[in-house]
Amino acid sequence: MPWTDPLTLIRHGWARHKDTEGPIRRVVSNLPFEDLKERDQPNRKYEGNGIKSNKYRLWSFIPMNLFEQFHRMANLYFMGLAILNFVPMVNAFQPEVALIPICIILALTAVKDGWEDFRRYQADQQLNNMPCFIFSRKQMCFVVRRWKDVRVGDFVRVLSNQIIPADILLLHTSDPNGVCHMETANLDGETSLNQRKVLPGFSTLGEPFQPQTFDSTVVCENPNNNLNLFKGYLERPDKRRTGFGIDSLLLRGCMVRNTDETAGIVVYAGHETKSMLNNSGPRCKRSKIERKMNTDVLFCVVLLFFMCLIAALGHTIWLETFDSEPPYIVPDSNGNYTPSVLAGFYMFLTMIILLQIMIPVSLYVSIELVKMGQIYFITQDVELYDEELDTRVQCRSLNITEDLGQIQYVFSDKTGTLTQNKMVFRRCTIMGTEYSHAENAARLAVLNGENEEEEVTIYQQTKLPPLFPPDELQDTQDKNHTNPQVTAANLRRSKAAAGAQGDMAFSSPLETVVVPDWKLKLEVYHQTGPYLDFFLSLAICNTVVVSKATSQRQRVTGRRNSSYSSSSFSSMREWFRKRSVRKVFTSMKFSKRRDEKLSDPFVIDDDDPDIQHIPRVSDTTEDHPYFISRKVTSNKEKHSPGDSEEVCYEAHSPDENALIHAAKAYGFTMVERTPHHVTVKLPNEVLMKFEVLEVLPFDSTRRRMSIIVRHPDTNEIIMYTKGADSAIMERLRDVFSDMSKQDKQIGVKTQKDLDMYAEDGLRTLCFAKKVISEEEYRAWSDIRQEALSSIDEKEERLMDSANCIENNFSLLGATGIEDRLQENVPDSIQALRRAGMQVWILTGDKPETAINIAYSCKLLDNEDLVVTFTTMKKSVCKMRLEDTLGEARRSARTNPQFRGHNTTFTGSSVEPSIGLVIDGSTLSMAMSDELVDQFVELCKHCRAVLCCRVTPLQKSDVVKLIRHKLRVMTLAIGDGANDVNMIQAADVGIGVSGQEGMQAVMACDFAITRFKHLQRLLLVHGHWCYSRLANMVIYFFYKNVAYVNLLFWYQFFCGFSATAMIDYWLMIFFNLLFTSAPPIMFGIMDKEVSDSTLLSHPELYRRGQHTETYSGSDIGIFSFGTPMNTISLFTIILHLAIEIKSWTVVHWLTMIGSVVMYFIVTLAYSAVCISCNPPSDPYWIMHKQMADPMFYLVCILTTVAALLPRYTFHVLKGTLAPSSHLRARQLERLPPSYRERRTREGRGLGDTCASS
Amino acid sequence: MMASSYSAKEEDGHHPGSAGLGDTAIRTRKPDNTAFKQQRLPAWQPILTAGTVLPAFFVIGLIFIPIGIGLYVTSNNIKEFEIDYTGTDMSSPCFNCSINHSWNNTTPCKCVLPFSLDQPFESNVFMYYGLSNFYQNHRRYVKSRDDSQLNGDEGSLKEPSKECEPYHTSEKKPIAPCGAIANSMFNDTLELYFIDPNGTRNQIPLTKKGIAWWTDKHVKFRNPGSNNPNLTAVFQDTAKPINWGKPVYELDTDLENNGFINEDFIVWMRTAALPTFRKLYRIIQKKNSMTPTLPRGNYTLEVTYIHFLNHLYSDYPVRSFDGRKRVILSTISWMGGKNPFLGIAYITVGLICFFLGVVLLFIHHKYGNRNNSSDIPN
Repeated sequence: MPWTDPLTLIRHGWARHKDTEGPIRRVVSNLPFEDLKERDQPNRKYEGNGIKSNKYRLWSFIPMNLFEQFHRMANLYFMGLAILNFVPMVNAFQPEVALIPICIILALTAVKDGWEDFRRYQADQQLNNMPCFIFSRKQMCFVVRRWKDVRVGDFVRVLSNQIIPADILLLHTSDPNGVCHMETANLDGETSLNQRKVLPGFSTLGEPFQPQTFDSTVVCENPNNNLNLFKGYLERPDKRRTGFGIDSLLLRGCMVRNTDETAGIVVYAGHETKSMLNNSGPRCKRSKIERKMNTDVLFCVVLLFFMCLIAALGHTIWLETFDSEPPYIVPDSNGNYTPSVLAGFYMFLTMIILLQIMIPVSLYVSIELVKMGQIYFITQDVELYDEELDTRVQCRSLNITEDLGQIQYVFSDKTGTLTQNKMVFRRCTIMGTEYSHAENAARLAVLNGENEEEEVTIYQQTKLPPLFPPDELQDTQDKNHTNPQVTAANLRRSKAAAGAQGDMAFSSPLETVVVPDWKLKLEVYHQTGPYLDFFLSLAICNTVVVSKATSQRQRVTGRRNSSYSSSSFSSMREWFRKRSVRKVFTSMKFSKRRDEKLSDPFVIDDDDPDIQHIPRVSDTTEDHPYFISRKVTSNKEKHSPGDSEEVCYEAHSPDENALIHAAKAYGFTMVERTPHHVTVKLPNEVLMKFEVLEVLPFDSTRRRMSIIVRHPDTNEIIMYTKGADSAIMERLRDVFSDMSKQDKQIGVKTQKDLDMYAEDGLRTLCFAKKVISEEEYRAWSDIRQEALSSIDEKEERLMDSANCIENNFSLLGATGIEDRLQENVPDSIQALRRAGMQVWILTGDKPETAINIAYSCKLLDNEDLVVTFTTMKKSVCKMRLEDTLGEARRSARTNPQFRGHNTTFTGSSVEPSIGLVIDGSTLSMAMSDELVDQFVELCKHCRAVLCCRVTPLQKSDVVKLIRHKLRVMTLAIGDGANDVNMIQAADVGIGVSGQEGMQAVMACDFAITRFKHLQRLLLVHGHWCYSRLANMVIYFFYKNVAYVNLLFWYQFFCGFSATAMIDYWLMIFFNLLFTSAPPIMFGIMDKEVSDSTLLSHPELYRRGQHTETYSGSDIGIFSFGTPMNTISLFTIILHLAIEIKSWTVVHWLTMIGSVVMYFIVTLAYSAVCISCNPPSDPYWIMHKQMADPMFYLVCILTTVAALLPRYTFHVLKGTLAPSSHLRARQLERLPPSYRERRTREGRGLGDTCASS
Repeated sequence: MMASSYSAKEEDGHHPGSAGLGDTAIRTRKPDNTAFKQQRLPAWQPILTAGTVLPAFFVIGLIFIPIGIGLYVTSNNIKEFEIDYTGTDMSSPCFNCSINHSWNNTTPCKCVLPFSLDQPFESNVFMYYGLSNFYQNHRRYVKSRDDSQLNGDEGSLKEPSKECEPYHTSEKKPIAPCGAIANSMFNDTLELYFIDPNGTRNQIPLTKKGIAWWTDKHVKFRNPGSNNPNLTAVFQDTAKPINWGKPVYELDTDLENNGFINEDFIVWMRTAALPTFRKLYRIIQKKNSMTPTLPRGNYTLEVTYIHFLNHLYSDYPVRSFDGRKRVILSTISWMGGKNPFLGIAYITVGLICFFLGVVLLFIHHKYGNRNNSSDIPN
């Protein structure tokens, strides 16, 4: 809530004050107090569930809105002037009339604010009145109430596919395993399910829920906005305590899935729920133009001051020339004449009033309107629409459209941004033997080879529903399994089908299907130990949730078809979008990481395997083996073996998805995962049910995850671990003691394979295993339990306990996963660089992988000199920096011909051929105070910079460093939670809505779905928005200054007496009506160069980077004619006509409409106003004028004379020194075939146009 | 692969909520591919280069120069004669009147200025008085009037607007017409005599009607008392403006030209935009087609000064601010009075355009098609 009314504030303050009694909240059941009065309620001090996000009430709207509006300087200024007008000494106009413009602007803004507030109110009402089930003691059952009736301490039941009305501590679920699934799409847009489990100890599974017997006290922390952290315990009357965490809390706004019925006690309600506390107001960034404009407004103020000063002095001097008072000098009401100096002072104030329109009050309003229009057109662009995801480009930040046209530095994340983040299992090495999976590679190569056009046509075909019934698809895939030589067409079909169906949980057949390596398959059939272990760890060491096809169907139908829930769902979604749930909103999936590193939530490395989101099982006390085994057997009875294919995996990271499918390809299929058990089907159709003893979730410090299970056959306790190679390799069994030679060899060989994988740009993961003895486990388990139940420093203690057991691994093997480049990435990067942007890659990946990707996306060239900085010592770092910098300087100096290369058109920017690769630890050294300047200078000389192994915090530091040191416009693009910092630090943040959830999108200014869209967004829309807005702002200043000049110069002819020769009403109309629409239309719709030209000539973008369009003003050539509104109207409008680059119907309509409106309004006004507006009373003046041929002659002459210099200037410039844009426009006139040929030949614009 | 079978599964209607709705067309969020939304409206994109705008310059030049010549010729055909009668010179016949006329006797001061016309004035002649350095456009002066009073509003007649201050009451009575503009109304009387070759003085008849705008006389200005012919009664409770010698209802004897609708008054009330201005005083109608309105010969202008009260100087006071008083005789054409500037301006602009056209032609010829433009910086 950005703003609440004072009453609420006071109320909040009061409530908070009471809350500060302790850092904890105690909640007891409301049921025993059901009939008591408000003040006897035990939970009365906690907020109710009704929400109110509207700022105003009906009665307080006007004063509060005015109060708020007068926080703006401009409004105060104009109001001050209007008030000044009431002083008789200085008034320039009729005081009442002078109030009109400011009132109009205030009223317009108020209407807008009021409307928005009303919309908020409606949304609130809709939410508050949504139905829910609350337990009533009287009726001894759940009754339907509304959301706003929910109070803390109530028992609420939520059915499947219903939205959770408040933050509820889960006490009961109909699920036999005591879990329930929650979809958080409303909060973070993620469609994957989160598992929540019942707080043990109160409700027994399988029995009806009986809230009336609830006699415990819920003790938990005070409301906070951390969605991933929740601590507390349940205190029984006998002082027994049961701890709980975030995995027992159902969050308001989420939806219950896959579980028929859940119930619990409300702990936070209304504004105190976690989701509400995460709402922050819409993002407010100020664009560069706007900042510059403010200085220009200041310049206007100075100009105004001088004009007024001149008038004041002039008036004083003029008065001094008279010996006696002439009859036209009117004394004041007492008949006394004002002394000339005093009169001069008054004149100063009067002139300010008269010339006030110099400060363009309507400019801000117009800019807002223009940006709205620009955003409308951006979102409407069909080229930026993604068919697969059914998503348009989203503009989340409303006021920085033109910044898109001024970007100089692009910082890009690698995974998911440049690459698809659709992981494909490529190869693996087991026990030192490498399996290349050549067939699989061949298959992928075929898929890669298809071109886009085919894809499009195929996509359209798939819109016909019966083309791909599931069975047929199944067939295709089965064929894939059996016969690797599947025709390309077939594969394309399956890919297209997958694309058409959306992005559900990384399970499109293309990426997940793995063709097994026959050699390895053979080994597997022999079932030798390490191979079994390797695939078992692939299959179970993860957090993948198995969902049945039925539950998936429910999900989809629930959203699309169920009318009730879909409407409430959409309203909820809409509501959240308006509030833009953001802040430090790492989604649920990072819950575990945040548990451990609360102070620094972004130290996350997405490029390492995402192994997280383990349903925590640690504090479970009861097991229910019965249920599970029964379920499994029933499954087995019902389905033939082939049916197990129906298993659907919902992985939170694409790596896991790729791995589990790889395991499946070799016959190791995970068929069920509950908090306590994992069931895997082996190739020989035997089901193995592992009891899960402990899960050590992934975090970015340890960079690994482990699962401890009890083997069903041997009863051994086994820990499977997977993680980054560095995290595993250093913790292998001690080399010198009991490690056999063979083990050692395996380690060396595996390391060699890993290096090879990294060079190929594959993501590597190591797998290891450890057998734990019972005693060791028991000892460790105690430590673990203690850590889990602690409240202070829980994170550190948990990590310590994990480190404690994760050692002495025996290596099983490693996998290489490919993350393929997105389509058109090299082209886009090329285009961005031709447009003069520096592209940096900031990644958490290994240097080798990053370099590989950089080559493949053409960020680095084969001829480039790649300098790698990886060192641990600062002195070395310093030395290398100096060396490289010296070399870079030299090469820039001695290679002027290189400088000239490729710059015939693009200007004189140096294109050095140095690529800089720097890793995280070196980066932090280079960014230390003493080296930072050298580092920045070196970066300036580099063609490409790759930062590897950087933390999210470092990412944002780099962006900030470049932004502040070089004073450039920066853009950051990323897709994951680890990019959030960077996105927020840059001038423009772009989120890629892809595989990694929506955190980046929530934090960004613009959200796109593909990296290639960035090219169009910047080069076309950015350029358009920028040049449009810049031109409009200039024009606005021109318009106002020109008009004010009319008034000002007239003062020389009227004794500096501040006479306005134009009727004041007409002056108002002039700004508000006659000349407002054309510039706005100009700002929204003018198009200098077409999009195709802009795309094919990225050099055109450079204009915005150096702020060429908007640099100073071109005012002053305006020759001053007869002081007449009409002429100035014609002049001003026709001036715009010179500037307009393309005339569409809309342009014609607005321009002609404005002129026509002027004449109609003026004629009507002067026909009606006989004595309505003294002293000017323009009765019949216009008609008289228009009957006089001289009027037209003068109008034409003056307009032509006034515009002639500008026009000639344009023409001469266009002929003698045409700008690149003009050339581009000329190019557009050429026949397309000719144009294409030229473009293909790679000639610059200059040659092309010159020879045309 | 499960993901790929959504749409099929969706239609089998297992979920109760989906029944009946299953076959609704799936709406995509794909933007409409219309010319407007995709910013592909057909557009005319003028490119300003020498080659493209050449014709425009020539056309403007070719249009403007004839217009300018026409205007100039018309303006030259207008005959205009101007005589200054301020009387600042000792030699000027009006010197005495303007300086030291004694107002002790009630006879108004008169001065006679002889002049001669070299050319006859053929059509109707408009007689103007001109004042210079008179800032009728001073902000507070412009405001100092009450339009509703002048429009015949009874209430405003009794209580003039505050804008008229300090000229809104005199001796506890409201001033009609109030305000500084009315108060400073020009009141010299000008008469024109033709001196026959034989020496006789013939007074030239001056028409005093039709000098104001029709709409001003009939709509904007109206006497109070709804056409009561007895203006004396209508204005009985009002005072005359301080500087005036006689009340408003004695401006003329003709009822159609008396009170607020006196045309001299109306003309004066339309304040001039610039400090040097002329206002129409009388019209000399052409008598017949045979004789010119003002034949060649000698004339005299007789100026009668009327006491401008409460003022140091006797006549209509312009000397305090270095003003000048002039009488202008002029014929008019469709373009109004003599105005050579407009014609010259048109010719000049036309010539400039033409000249620029030639320059552009040259430039176009020389640079428009050049082949090497790589040296041009961006």
